[in-house]
Amino acid sequence: MKPSLVALTIIFGIILLGAIIGICSGRRRQMDLEQWTVAGRGFGVIFVWLLMAGEVYTTFAFLGASGWAYSRGGPTLYIIAYLTLAYVISFFILPEIWEADRKFTLHTESDFFQQRYGSKSLASLVAIVGVIFIVPYLQLQLTGLGIIVEVASLHAISRPLAMLIAFVIVAGFVFSSGIRAVAWVSVLKDSLMLIAAFSIGIGIPYHYFGGIRPMFKALTQAKAAHLTMPGSTTNLGHPWYISTVLLTAFGFYMWPHAFGSVFTAKSGDTLRRNAVIMPLYTITLPLLFFVGFTAILVLPGLKNGDLALLTLVSQTFPPWFLGVVGGAGALTAMVPAAILILSAATLFAKNFFRPVFKPAMKDDEVARLAKVMVVVITGIALYFAIYSSTTLVGLLLLAYAGIAQFFPGVVCGLYWKRATTAGVFAGIVAGVGTAMALVFSKHDPFIGLNAGFVALCVNAVVTVVASVLTPAQQDGFNEPGRRAAASAAAVSS
Amino acid sequence: MKIPRTGALLLACVPFIAICFSVPLWDRVYPLVLGLPFNLFWLICWIPLTSLCLWGAYRLQDRRAAKGTSE
Repeated sequence: MKPSLVALTIIFGIILLGAIIGICSGRRRQMDLEQWTVAGRGFGVIFVWLLMAGEVYTTFAFLGASGWAYSRGGPTLYIIAYLTLAYVISFFILPEIWEADRKFTLHTESDFFQQRYGSKSLASLVAIVGVIFIVPYLQLQLTGLGIIVEVASLHAISRPLAMLIAFVIVAGFVFSSGIRAVAWVSVLKDSLMLIAAFSIGIGIPYHYFGGIRPMFKALTQAKAAHLTMPGSTTNLGHPWYISTVLLTAFGFYMWPHAFGSVFTAKSGDTLRRNAVIMPLYTITLPLLFFVGFTAILVLPGLKNGDLALLTLVSQTFPPWFLGVVGGAGALTAMVPAAILILSAATLFAKNFFRPVFKPAMKDDEVARLAKVMVVVITGIALYFAIYSSTTLVGLLLLAYAGIAQFFPGVVCGLYWKRATTAGVFAGIVAGVGTAMALVFSKHDPFIGLNAGFVALCVNAVVTVVASVLTPAQQDGFNEPGRRAAASAAAVSS
Repeated sequence: MKIPRTGALLLACVPFIAICFSVPLWDRVYPLVLGLPFNLFWLICWIPLTSLCLWGAYRLQDRRAAKGTSE
């Protein structure tokens, strides 16, 4: 067998195994909207942990982190910092969000805004902004899958074709099973990911230098400046680091899919305990950095840093192992992609289309529209994936600049009674507007700070000032709750 | 809706100071510790230490929760 065929067979075998697990886990249950999106709200600590871990360790960590370690150096450290700090924030806000969810039976982040601020237009704004910024994140996953298939086939399959294959697999996966499948496939994905991260993170420096210590010794002698900030960039220094860590740590649970995973938890305490153990999962990231750092010395001059990890694996290990690493990588793209698509499709159908265009829509019609949107949204992301050349980390930072703009609205919603609809609406518009204006006019970083963070500050000021200037209003979380009948039926699962 | 305990909030500030705001103090290559550049070593140390801080915060919240706010 040709080496590329061995690697590809193993990759597709792993993908197939993932798909089978997914389809089987969803089989026995009636897939109504409640099951498809929040799995009947019955997940305990372990399942929530799996689901959240499934969301966190995406292609971004796998290929993007090592890619930036290779091409940028020191600034990459922000990834360890922001993930760790995101859980600190989650410890405080997620249980509060869960309380609101239990009282009012929420499905999505947009429902949260609707309930708290009692405004349809604000809820629709949140929905559509959420969907828009999921697209670059999804694009990141499809690009990652494309890179994996391209490198594993030793460039026999072109990247657009590889991404098209990825698109079909992911969409089919989401169609058949919904959120519960995702949690189960996460088990396979995370085990493979751990095996891959440890074997390449330790094995590759060992193979070329005899260990991690000699590898860093060689690297510090050759390129010490690469390892601190601003590394191999000119503008990603300490102010950029601090502002980016804050932006992304605040933004982390503002992702509609991460926010939505709160609703699958059994209790607020589940989420709090989960936050205590989640930082430990970050420990695999430095291993992926080691691979990127080794590549600097072994494979200098790669045009695209995102290819560093896989290229190095294919040069170092036999083809079957490239297949295992590629398969693990493929699942780290597919599982988060499935979650992203699911949240974006539900948000669009339930929180944007229905309230804005067709209030009389029934739940099963919403579910049908959501399934159509699965294809539409993935198709848009595929289009961008084929026609753009941004690095994986660059894509994620762009998406964060937008999505983090929900943070002031959520935090004020939980802790500040005086926050008003007008304030939050104006804040989000100002924040997203500022972020996009700075990013697309190439002013990121702006005076050394992450443009998304600058926008977040504008957003916070506008939210507070506009809230104070507008008359006080009823806090939707203090109204007596009206539980939807659906929740009682769903609890039994 | 409740404001978190002061003690828990203070504990949560510790990792923010240690791995975010204090970056100019620890962002250096030397001394290499266990073969790692100092900045990477520092961040890796703070992963379990952050868990520890949150565990402390959990214990503080827990004591209050025992009075009957949640299950």
